[in-house]
Amino acid sequence: MNILTQPWPWYVSGPLIGLMVPTLLILGNKTFGISSSLRHICAACIPTKAEFFKYDWKAESWNMIFAFGIILGGLVAGYFFQNLDPVRISESTVADLNAMGVKNYSGLIPLDIFNFRELLTLRGFILMVVGGFFVGFGTRYAGGCTSGHSIMGLSNLQFPSLVATICFFVGGLAMTWFILPWIMSL
Amino acid sequence: MTKFKFLLLGFFFGVILIKAEVISWFRIQEMFRFQAFQMYGIIGSAVIIGMISVWLIKKYNVKTIKGEPIVIAPKQFSKGNIFGGLMFGLGWAMTGACPGPLFALIGSGLLVIAVVLLSAIFGTYMYGVIKDKLPH
Repeated sequence: MNILTQPWPWYVSGPLIGLMVPTLLILGNKTFGISSSLRHICAACIPTKAEFFKYDWKAESWNMIFAFGIILGGLVAGYFFQNLDPVRISESTVADLNAMGVKNYSGLIPLDIFNFRELLTLRGFILMVVGGFFVGFGTRYAGGCTSGHSIMGLSNLQFPSLVATICFFVGGLAMTWFILPWIMSL
Repeated sequence: MTKFKFLLLGFFFGVILIKAEVISWFRIQEMFRFQAFQMYGIIGSAVIIGMISVWLIKKYNVKTIKGEPIVIAPKQFSKGNIFGGLMFGLGWAMTGACPGPLFALIGSGLLVIAVVLLSAIFGTYMYGVIKDKLPH
């Protein structure tokens, strides 16, 4: 049962992710995308006057159900057949992250930075709370995320999705190379 | 019960995200530092398989299981693709997660990521509130 406790190589997981596109289309004429679920959650749970949230979110409930499924999948994969070894990132990445003060490499994420106590530090607050805000605001402003634009949109040869994907990377590169070292030093 | 299939599909997607390690902050850093092929291989092969699938669906007029024609709404270009895209990119490299991985990480027991998700929901909400004042 090695396949359950080992991370999967890219040529297995990548195509499986790609197959989400036709599966959703054939099962229910749904276009692959996750960030919309955040909008539906707002429309369903937050009382607001904003027009942006006045629509029939129940008609889009499949998207929230899909997101809930991801939580369950994460739970089963994370608890019952988790990857036994730490993430095997390249030595050069470890060296770079060490230099920025990352110490704990035992989990999927650096547990010394992403924990509840760190939320009270400036560094942790910026990375988790401000970072999360950027993810939610940015994806909706851009009209999609990595799944909606980079995978679904590019699969359908959409020019706006190409623009968005390039901008995702430009933003990520700017953060990684220029801003993150500063945040990590706080 | 007609929605159950989406729960199941989401479940598989969550498992794939964990086993592919694409939800790892470490992997995202490695990607943005160009220090491994892994993430590029995953995204690239996913897009190629997606492209071939959509092309085949259009070419052979594949129908849904209910027999309906498959329609994919085109994306409209807006300046938001640029500004929002840059903003999401910043957040992606900070949190190491896009929306899908946020859900998977919470499921895997990393409960602090629920704070990141709540903040993302709040971000989406704020976008909806000030949307008309932003360039599009």
